[in-house]
Amino acid sequence: MDYFAQQLINGIVLGSIYGLIAIGYTMVYGIVGMINFAHGDIFMIGGFIALITFLILVSIGLTTVPLILLIVLLVSMAITSLYGWTVERIAYRPLRHSFRLAPMLSAIGMSFVLMNFSQVSQGARVKPIPPVITGGYSLLESNGFVVRLSNAQIVVVLTTVVLLAIFTWLVSRTRLGRDMRACEQDQTMAALLGVDVDRTISMTFLIGAALAAVAGMMYLLYYGLVDFYMGFIAGIKAFTAAVLGGIGSLPGAMLGGLLIGLIETMWSAYFSVEYKDVAAFSILIVVLIFLPTGLLGRPEVEKV
Amino acid sequence: MAVLTSDLTQASRREAIAFIFKKAFISALVALVLFSLMIGIRTEAGPTGQLIYWTRFDDLAIIVAVVFVGSIVVELLRQWWGPVGIATAVPPSVQRTLDFAGKAFPPLLLIFAFLVPVIFYDQRYLLDLSILVLTYVMLGWGLNVVVGLAGLLDLGYVAFYAVGAYSYALLSTNFGLSFWMCLPLAGILAACWGVMLGFPVLRLRGDYLAIVTLAFGEIIRLVIINWQSLTGGPNGVSGIPRPSFFGIPFTRGDDGFAARLGIEYSPTHRIVFLFYVILALALLTNWVTIRLRRLPIGRAWEALREDEVACRALGINITTTKLTAFATGAMFGGIAGAFFATRQGFISPESFTFQESALVLAIVVLGGMGSQLGVALAAIALIGGFELFRGFDQYRMLVFGMAMVLLMIWRPRGLISHRAPTVFLKQNTAISAELAREGRG
Repeated sequence: MDYFAQQLINGIVLGSIYGLIAIGYTMVYGIVGMINFAHGDIFMIGGFIALITFLILVSIGLTTVPLILLIVLLVSMAITSLYGWTVERIAYRPLRHSFRLAPMLSAIGMSFVLMNFSQVSQGARVKPIPPVITGGYSLLESNGFVVRLSNAQIVVVLTTVVLLAIFTWLVSRTRLGRDMRACEQDQTMAALLGVDVDRTISMTFLIGAALAAVAGMMYLLYYGLVDFYMGFIAGIKAFTAAVLGGIGSLPGAMLGGLLIGLIETMWSAYFSVEYKDVAAFSILIVVLIFLPTGLLGRPEVEKV
Repeated sequence: MAVLTSDLTQASRREAIAFIFKKAFISALVALVLFSLMIGIRTEAGPTGQLIYWTRFDDLAIIVAVVFVGSIVVELLRQWWGPVGIATAVPPSVQRTLDFAGKAFPPLLLIFAFLVPVIFYDQRYLLDLSILVLTYVMLGWGLNVVVGLAGLLDLGYVAFYAVGAYSYALLSTNFGLSFWMCLPLAGILAACWGVMLGFPVLRLRGDYLAIVTLAFGEIIRLVIINWQSLTGGPNGVSGIPRPSFFGIPFTRGDDGFAARLGIEYSPTHRIVFLFYVILALALLTNWVTIRLRRLPIGRAWEALREDEVACRALGINITTTKLTAFATGAMFGGIAGAFFATRQGFISPESFTFQESALVLAIVVLGGMGSQLGVALAAIALIGGFELFRGFDQYRMLVFGMAMVLLMIWRPRGLISHRAPTVFLKQNTAISAELAREGRG
């Protein structure tokens, strides 16, 4: 039971990270109708930028942890969202009216570019940092097994919740959110009614990348390392989360993220660590076959 | 009046120049922010394991300058050439010459392929490279059945390559089966896996299909890595038997190939033999594909690629059509895998990553999906290009990714495009971008 509680906590933390990435997938799919294959690598870039900012801040002698975290968060969000914007501008916008495979292939190419760019510019080795947020609480204790809730875990979950609240407000209450929902339903009609479609799509990529940057920073804080390859697997898992929750649905992405995080943690805890990725990929296949619209998605009507 | 026009043109020219500079300036600014931390700062684990960093502002400055100048150049080129995509009229005589050259080219290429070992007999490196190119030509032709003909985007093709390679490696090292026995077996096993993948994904289309095949490829690779008792895990399988000339080994001994023919032993014999084996296998793939296109099943594939709903309405059995496409493509992938295993003598999961799938897919797309000649040329260009970048291993995939993006923007239908259906009603109309909805199948 205690072991289970501990895994539950770990799973929720991991799921928060996946959920943040999954929102980027689901938003882009909802509006542009393409799988942004490079999104996982945007997450990786976010992790790297957080790492570099952190190193600089520590070396100039800043010691207040909350201040460091806030600056790292803002810098990483700002620069990474520019990456998302640039990727859309270079690789996807010229292809918006091309045939359907083209954006997918271009996105795969972009994913290689980002992955190898960070490998070339920052080296192939894993980059570890010492734990930034230390300490934690012991919740339960029985039979010598202590269920621990670390401060890093609290920070990850809290940040996710706060960002989700801001993000939900953005989508449901602001002009930009209304434009985004309009573009999702019908781009031509939205354009006729005065919505700047290009700008809205750019903003979608920007927000998605900013959330991925937060996920990258959380990953760095929680696991204490980044490497250039981490975006690939995390990207596929987050995509699985988006599909599981119903692609195009924002609460669905978060729910899917939590479920994937929990399943992966439980699988590692009770079955085998080696096959945890196989489990995640199998879930993707099973969900797409038996539940193609996901948990909270709308059924897709096929028009001829 | 004339003065006024020149004033106007001057004004508009000044405006154009201002626009170009503004754009270049913004691009450079974006590049500065993008690369400020990623290139300006370099991190590495120091001697104590603690991360240290140092600055590289000179590199950053160079890159931002390159972006600034590059942006100006691109914008100037765009203004001089006008909008992309306007067809230029070709005089009929030139067109006729081009047509003739187009007809004469494939046989000439084939003859050249047959003569490669004769011409380059002494150059071991070139022979190895041409074997590698031919392996990718075969893979490209195999994947072309799935992607080019049937329009099913498969991102996990390397899984079948892996199945074929491991089939041969395990059957030969554990049971001592010969290469020629294993070759069809590897093909059959891979085809079975193709059907196994095909069954669950029958209902999926487009992007979803692509992601599921990608996941499938990764699952196969992860299982190979983790099932250590069978596959040796990350260490791979070594000591895979080399191919023999129908039972006669290429060794120095008395019963070797050279001794039996009464010629001097040379290790090149085996390379030349391997070259002809893969050439034959690739041509077999090509021949089968061309024949299949003329059969009802090939017609059904093409119809499926053009429009799945219309296909179903016309009573074509979607299930068998998709499954045969997957099985055929997978079979050729498996055979190529068995060849790869015998050529290398050693295989490990590292050879079967997603990058390999993407490379084969890029070959098919670059060649213009559905075109046999295009795929062959694209394989030569891509693998040759990779070899040119051999010294810059790190930059290879970076350039490959950029090339993929640029190619999609510049020529999304491939360099040598051929997507017209084999049969058509009354007249053969070119398929517009909107009508040909690939990836829907």
